[in-house]
Parts: sequence; structure tokens; C-alpha cells
Amino acid sequence: MTVKFTQEHEWIKIEGDVASFGITAYAAEQLGDVVYVELPEVGKTIKTGDAVAVVESVKAASDVYAPVSGEVVEANDELSASPEKVSEDAEGAGWFAKIKLSDASELDGLMDEAAYKAFLESL
Amino acid sequence: MTIETFTGAKALLQKTELLFEYGSVDKTGIDTAKPEGLADSLGGLKRKAKPKLPALTEPEAMRHYIRLSQRNYAIDLGMFPLGSCTMKHNPRLNEAMARLPGFSDIHPLQPQSTVQGALELINSLSDWLLKLTGMKAVAMSPKAGAHGELCGMLAIRAALDARGLQARKKVLVPKSAHGTNPATAAQAGFEVVEVAQTADGRVDVDDFKAKITEDTAACMITNPNTCGLFEHQIKEIADLIHAAGGYFYCDGANFNAIVGKVRVADLGVDAMHINLHKTFSTPHGGGGPGSGPVVLSAALAPFAPVPWVVNDGDGFKLIEHKEGEASQAFGRMVAFQGQMGMYVRALSYMMSHGADGLKQVSEDAVLNANYILASLKDVMTPAFDGYCMHEALFDDEFLEGTGVTTLDFAKAMIDEGFHPMTMYFPLVVHGAMLIEPTETESKHTLDDFIKSMRGLAEAAKSNDKSRFDHAPHLAPSKRLDETLAARKPILKMAD
Amino acid sequence: MRYLPLNDDDRKSMLETIGVSNIDELFKDIPESARLDGPVRDLPLVQSEMAVARALGKMAGKNIPAANVPFFCGAGAYKHHVPATVDHIIQRSEFLTSYTPYQPEIAQGTLQSLFEFQTQVARLLDCDVANASMYDGSTACAEAVVMAARVTKRKKVIFSGGIHPHYFAAAHILADNIGIEIVALDPAIDGEKAVTQHIDNETAAVVVSCPNVFGTITDLSEIAAAATEKGALSIGVFTEVMAFGLIEPLGAMGIDIVVGEGQSIGNALNFGGPYVGLFATREKFIRQMPGRLAGQTVDLDGNRGFVLTLSTREQHIRREKATSNICTNSGLCALAFTIHMTLLGEKGLEQTAILNHEAAIKTAKALGAIVGVEVLTKNFFNEIAVKLPVNATEVVQKMADAGVLGGVPFSRLNKDAQGFENVLLIAATEVTTDDDIAELVTALTNALKGAI
Repeated sequence: MTVKFTQEHEWIKIEGDVASFGITAYAAEQLGDVVYVELPEVGKTIKTGDAVAVVESVKAASDVYAPVSGEVVEANDELSASPEKVSEDAEGAGWFAKIKLSDASELDGLMDEAAYKAFLESL
Repeated sequence: MTIETFTGAKALLQKTELLFEYGSVDKTGIDTAKPEGLADSLGGLKRKAKPKLPALTEPEAMRHYIRLSQRNYAIDLGMFPLGSCTMKHNPRLNEAMARLPGFSDIHPLQPQSTVQGALELINSLSDWLLKLTGMKAVAMSPKAGAHGELCGMLAIRAALDARGLQARKKVLVPKSAHGTNPATAAQAGFEVVEVAQTADGRVDVDDFKAKITEDTAACMITNPNTCGLFEHQIKEIADLIHAAGGYFYCDGANFNAIVGKVRVADLGVDAMHINLHKTFSTPHGGGGPGSGPVVLSAALAPFAPVPWVVNDGDGFKLIEHKEGEASQAFGRMVAFQGQMGMYVRALSYMMSHGADGLKQVSEDAVLNANYILASLKDVMTPAFDGYCMHEALFDDEFLEGTGVTTLDFAKAMIDEGFHPMTMYFPLVVHGAMLIEPTETESKHTLDDFIKSMRGLAEAAKSNDKSRFDHAPHLAPSKRLDETLAARKPILKMAD
Repeated sequence: MRYLPLNDDDRKSMLETIGVSNIDELFKDIPESARLDGPVRDLPLVQSEMAVARALGKMAGKNIPAANVPFFCGAGAYKHHVPATVDHIIQRSEFLTSYTPYQPEIAQGTLQSLFEFQTQVARLLDCDVANASMYDGSTACAEAVVMAARVTKRKKVIFSGGIHPHYFAAAHILADNIGIEIVALDPAIDGEKAVTQHIDNETAAVVVSCPNVFGTITDLSEIAAAATEKGALSIGVFTEVMAFGLIEPLGAMGIDIVVGEGQSIGNALNFGGPYVGLFATREKFIRQMPGRLAGQTVDLDGNRGFVLTLSTREQHIRREKATSNICTNSGLCALAFTIHMTLLGEKGLEQTAILNHEAAIKTAKALGAIVGVEVLTKNFFNEIAVKLPVNATEVVQKMADAGVLGGVPFSRLNKDAQGFENVLLIAATEVTTDDDIAELVTALTNALKGAI
């Protein structure tokens, strides 16, 4: 199991050919209390960089971009009733969806944890 | 000592239960004639379930709303320096005029021979707006500022289409623009291209130039801009967009700074909406109604939406259909003639001031804002150097390290008896505080305001945090939980 | 000048504080060529309150108010009695001169009244949720069309032949520029049911009306069900909100988005504005709705309070991705609506609605008895369409010349509709008296003399 990060502050956890993703703890903190999450539709084919989800706080709304290409196989429906999970546990219970990867080589372009930390410090 | 009263009322602040909690479906606050009991013509569509709408009798209703009213801040109570909103005094003559039965009790579709005075009034207001701006035509019907923006952008779309330029879709909008600008562009079918801002708070003309392409349809620029500054390169910007075959939409939300001082037409503007509820004193009414007539250049005038009023020597006439002189009209935006009630108020205001008074309006508005800027710049941090127009913009640098945020500062102003300024807008300034006093504040009130603002700034810096933590302390309600409201929306009283 | 508190001494000392010698130094960023050297020419100078009142009073005096004559105009705006209490309360400074309630701690009056308004509208229309108002009925209809396209991700919208032509026009210009295909059915007195056969798998929405522009009331349940079956939304439109005191509300018919004009309750005719657009829908669409919403919450002390909520839909946050560009709405008109509704309650509302209906029944009967006049609308609330033997516009002018405002020619709304030149729209309300109806009959009979 590996975890990677994007410059758009998403994390992606790879287990076999399926990857779950969400927004990083840093992103969640910047956003403030999350009040609503719009999740991608299960079955939808997505491309890296597509806006696939929306996360909202009281005063802000941000698009969440697909970190990799593939098919959405599961969405975290619990976030509809309990969006606060994103604020409380962004990189755990606050996951958004699972994607069946169509091109595993895309993962090579993403950051590992150390690289993401360095990236945050550079901001 | 704190006393808990037995009912929850606090002297002048009475209880404010929801009317659904004590009204009754078995009573009514009106008396009507008795129905005759005729057989109905409803074809079986009579309402089945009662709507569950309780009533209050007249004395109860009066108290219900008066109690509610006492929990509102208002211009008539104190200074309301909400930047970009122009919260000026609302003269009561305007209210009286709008309520004359000859204006308030006439139907929009009465025969035109029976509403000649109403058409004369619209014509007269149009004439004032055209003379004040030097523009060619005015579309009166838009119902508010954003609706006026939409009108202007649809006129631009129609003008481009008439030139065979259907493919032009890009609209240049500065980063500092009000949210309605990009929202309007999108609603009119355009795509937004953001333009950068310079360090002195103006449109970056080099970036503007670089972003013009053959797809460029128009630009939308607020002037004076949302930072309270005049775009001094406005004519270069207008020339650039015109040379590229596009049009210049000017957001006139800040017209109060220049009304009677500047001819808008001479700035190269093609379309500009005018918020009658800002510059021309019609009341904001807790969020409307507004009115947003749009003045147009000769290039856009043929595309104005119907209806409009003409005087053909034989009396006033409404042009209501897309034919004849209106054959190029882009369509119709609203059911009728627009916000007549607001037209009466605005004309009443303009006539009261006269051309000389309106010039004094903008001069005093700009003077008041600069007085505040000059009186606070040593304790707060102005976002930009130099003088401002009708609003003074500060950032939150002076709060750095104090633990006090712009929001806390604003809420502490409530305890001081002032409505907070606009905050966190424009987005291009960190922790923005945008203060627009308007011309209807006296020096006496401004001095009080300055005293409060200086006091708060010094308190923040000297670590006197108690006034800011959980402020406001003295308002009818404590800080409200907006997160809860958004997570679990309750948008009506449960049945 | 009576609205300007500064005097010359104030101005002088303030300029000194600022550090400039004269006011024009503060305007120096403005290109010289656009600056005026004095007051705008060809406009009058300052006038006293008395002078302005006299001039405007003269203009007002040239119009014929509805209250002065037998009055039967409707077609989207209606003459009703509004209790004196309503206008008193909306002129309270705290309501009249406040702003959009962005600071909830000092705006609970506005916020609670909006929450009550939303509740009343939702209950009256029998919908899950209602917003805090739109500009008017026509723009609410336009916004509903755009919303339906957004929700269904489809691009075709079908309008019935009973839609008010101005509502169609307002929706059309908004839809057209964002690539929504409009199918408009020909005007028809009983024009709602015909939409069903046009619904297909590409349809985003059907727009139907009850009561429609000809006054016809129709059960829209089957249309709503047909739309649902094809994955389309149904939009139900009305121009006379008073109807729902007596007729089945559109939400109960299964309509997805209910929009219309609220002017009849609390608001004067005002020559067309300001009015108050009503917008209600299902709970599942709340994040796709345009317009402001007041929501319930608690303050730090745990006391109930209200805030503007779900703001991320709106332009000040979402910018070009907002559900609408709307900013200012019809706050004070919504307040007038809610005060009037509070006085009415369902009991007063139903009584008033019955009086409206009875006045219309009597009017229809009296007009139907005139030779050559045919009442076209079978089932109605307070408005009917009648067919005259001659051009309706000319008849209306003749009646006006005789001191009767006897309705609205349909061609005033839609000039191009074939075969509708002689159709006259006539509304009666609780203010209509038997004498008014008798005078209408006389005026119409006289106007038709020689034509039959």
C-alpha cells in the first residue's frame, strides 16, 4: 500500500489496482469546517485533472480534481450525512471515492509524503 | 449581575417567537365580506389539504413585527459603512411620492392613454440618467445591479452576433471584480478570463493587453474599482478593447463617487448599469428590491431590450414588441416595465438634489472617505498608497500577531454601535476592510466612528483581546453558528 | 442641501486633515477630458421638497388609479386589498433602511421574517423548501429553466401554450445564450396537457402553468408524472398566488419546481414593479437552487437564531460557477408578503380566495350573456379569457375612454399569435363589486355596438 500526493492537495492511497483519494489534512484545515461534499458518481470514467467532486465550507467551495484516471467504483456516501468527517479525519474516514486505475504509470508523476511535506513548506 | 427573566424577554428586547408557535389557524387578522356560496368553477381542483398557515390578529401582528424590527441595525439608527453598497440616507419624500395612487395603484397593462404620467416619469428619469452619463440610450427594465449586468452583456452578445462574431466568447474580468461580474458573464454564455492587478490596486494593463485575443468579446470593469480607486488608465483599456473589436462593460456600482463629476461616455464605456438603490437613494429594504437601469453607447443602443418609452409628440408610448425601431432588440428581460416604484423614488431624489446637488454628493462622499482614510492610516494599514475615491480600503496587516482577525474586528464594531464595513472583499486584499461612509454622514458621526476604530485598533495591538473574543457581546444575538446551519439546513419551520 | 450634513467649515477642516487644498485634488486620477467643470448642463438645480412633490404629484395626477374606476386588468398583476398594517410595518426604519442580513447578530429581524416567509411560501405551494424571493415571477421562471437544465444535464425545455408570453420571453433570452433548446407550443386556452406528447429522453424540463395566462386551471399531476418517467423535471408557473387559497397547490400535483408571482399578497400594482418572485422546490435540489436562503441555527448562548446559509451556491463565493448571478432580491416585498399572509392566515386566505372566485364567476356569467361575447375559459380561479366579435385592443380603448379599465387584450402580450386578436383577458378580485361588473357589461356592450 502506497500513499501519494498531488499539488492540488489531494492524497491517493493505492491498494492493488484500486486507489482511494481525498483531500489532505492541510487542505481541510485551509478550508475550515467542511459543511458539504459533492461526490463523483459511481461508474463514471474520469481523467486526471477532471473536476470530480466539490468540497464546501461556510465561506468557500473548492473543486476536487481526479488525481488519476480510471473508473469510479465506490463513493464515500457517509460524507453526505456527515461532511464533518473531512475536517476531523481528512486522510482517513474523510476519503471521497475509490477509482479503478486505468493507467498505473500516472502514479509516477505524484509526490510521496516527504516530497509533499517539502512542497507545503515551499508555499 | 445577570438576571434571567421568567419569559426570556429583556426589557426593550422582547421575545421573538416564530409566528407558527403562537399564531392560530382558527383566527384571522382581516375581515372580509361574506361569500355568497356560489357553485364553483374549479373543475374539481379545489385544494384538498389545508396549508397550515396560522394567523395573528392585527394587534398581535403589529407587535410581532415591531419586536422583530428592534433586532435590526439600520441606516436610520447609525452609520452603515458597508463598502460597495452605498448605504446612504433614504429620503422619506421618495416614499411618499412612490405611494401616490397615481403611481402605486396603476396596472402595468392599462391602456397607455390612462398612464401618460407614469410614462412621462420613466421618460424623465431616463433623460436624467442619459444627461448624467452622456450615453446614447438607457434600458430601464433590469430589476437590480446583477440583472443590469446581464442586460448589458446580452446587448453585447446581440451586437457581436449582428456583426457575425458568434464565436467571440471571452470576457476579461479583473481579479478584484465583484462576484456578480463573472457569474453574469457565465449566465450570458460567456467564458471568463481573469486579468491581474497591479501593486497599486488597478487593472494590470500589460496583462489586459496580453489576454486580448480574437475570441475576446468584452471586458467587465468596475470603475471606481472595488478597491475604491479610479482606474486612471481607463481610456487606454477602452481603446484596447475597442481596437480588438470588443465592448467595454462598466460596472457602475460605485457611481456615487463620480456622479455629476464625470461624463461616463467620455471614458469609452459601452454599457454601464446604475444601481438606483445605491447612488440614487432608494431603500435597500433588507436586501431589495433594487433597480438597475443600463446606459448604452450608440453601438449597443439598437439592441436594448423592450420595453422602452418614446415621446412621439402625440404623447408617450411604450415600445413593447420586437418590431419596427425595436427590431434588433435582444428580447425582453422581465414581465413588465421594471421597477416603477424605484423609478419614482430615484427621480424624486434627483430632482431634490438637482445637478448641482449631485455634484456635491460625489464630492462629499469622496471627502468623507478620504477623511476616514487620513484619520486611520497611522493605526490601521491602508491597502494602497494615495487617496481613495468614495471608500477607504484597509488590509489586516495591522492586526498581524495580535490574534485578532478582520472578522473579530468587525464584530467588535457592532458593540461600538456601528454596522461593520464590508470585509474579506475585494478578494485581492488580505483580510480586506472596505469602508464606505457615503455623503450623508456628518463630520460629528465620522469623528465618533474614527474614535471607535482607533480605539479598537489600539486595543488589538495592546493585546486587549476580551473585546474581540466572541464579539459582539452587546448585540441582540451572540455569534451564530453558520457551520451548523450549512451542515444541517433547516430552511422552514417543521409542520 | 437638506440631505448633506457637511457645511463649508467641515469641508475645509476635513481637507486640511487629508492634506489637500481643494476637493479636486482627490479626483485627479480621472482623465481630465472626462471631468466636468461644473454641474451637468440641461438639468434643473436643487429644489425644495414642496417643489418636487408638486411636480411629481402633477405626473401622478395624469394616471387613472385602479381604485378610481371599475377595474378588471390581470394578466400577471392583480389589484387586491392590502391591509394598512402592511405598509406601516415595511416603512419601519429597521426594515426599510437595513441591508441584506450579512451580520446576523444585528439582523435577526430580517432573518426571522425571511425564515417565516420561506415557511409560508413552502406551505402555501406545498413544496419542501422555498427561497427568500426572486425579482419577480418572470425572472423566477427563467431561473427555474436554467436550474432544470443544470440538474438534469439536458438541454431541451418545452413550454406549454398557456405560459404568460412575458414569462416565456424572460426565460427564452436567459436560456438561449447558454445553449438551451426551447420548444414553444402555440398559445391555447387549455394548453397545458399538450406538452406531455413532446417529452422525450432529451427533455430537461416542461414548463406548465396553473392558473395559466388565460385563467385556466388544470390538474398537472399527469404531466409531472410523465416528466418524471422520462427523467425530466416539471416546472409549474403561476401569476396569481391568491389562487392557492382555494385550488390545489402545484407541489401537491407532483411538480418539481414551483415558481410564480407573489405580488397579489402584500404588494401594490406599482405599474409592474417592484414585485416578489416565489421559488420553491424539492429538498433534494436545495444546492441547485438560485437565490438567498435563511436557515435556522443557534448562537453561542445556545439561543435559536437565523443566518443566511448555503451561500456557496451564490455569486459572491462561486463566481462564474454560481447557480445564478442574483445578488439583491426583493427583501422588502417579501416582508410585505409575509406580513399580509400572517394577517390572513389560512382562514382569511381562503375567504379572500373564495371572494375572488365568486367575483370571477359573476363576471363570466354577465359577460357570457352579452351577444357576440364567448367565455373561453371553463375552469378558472379569478381570471378568464373571452372572445369578442372585434379586435380586443380597440374595445379596451373604448371602454377606457368610457371610464372602465376592462381587461388586457392578449395581443398586448403576444402580438404574433394567430387568431387571438379578439381575445380579452379579464380578472376579478375581492375588490370587484356587483356595480363594477354592471358597469363593465354596459361599457363592453356600448363598445361592441355596431360590431354585432
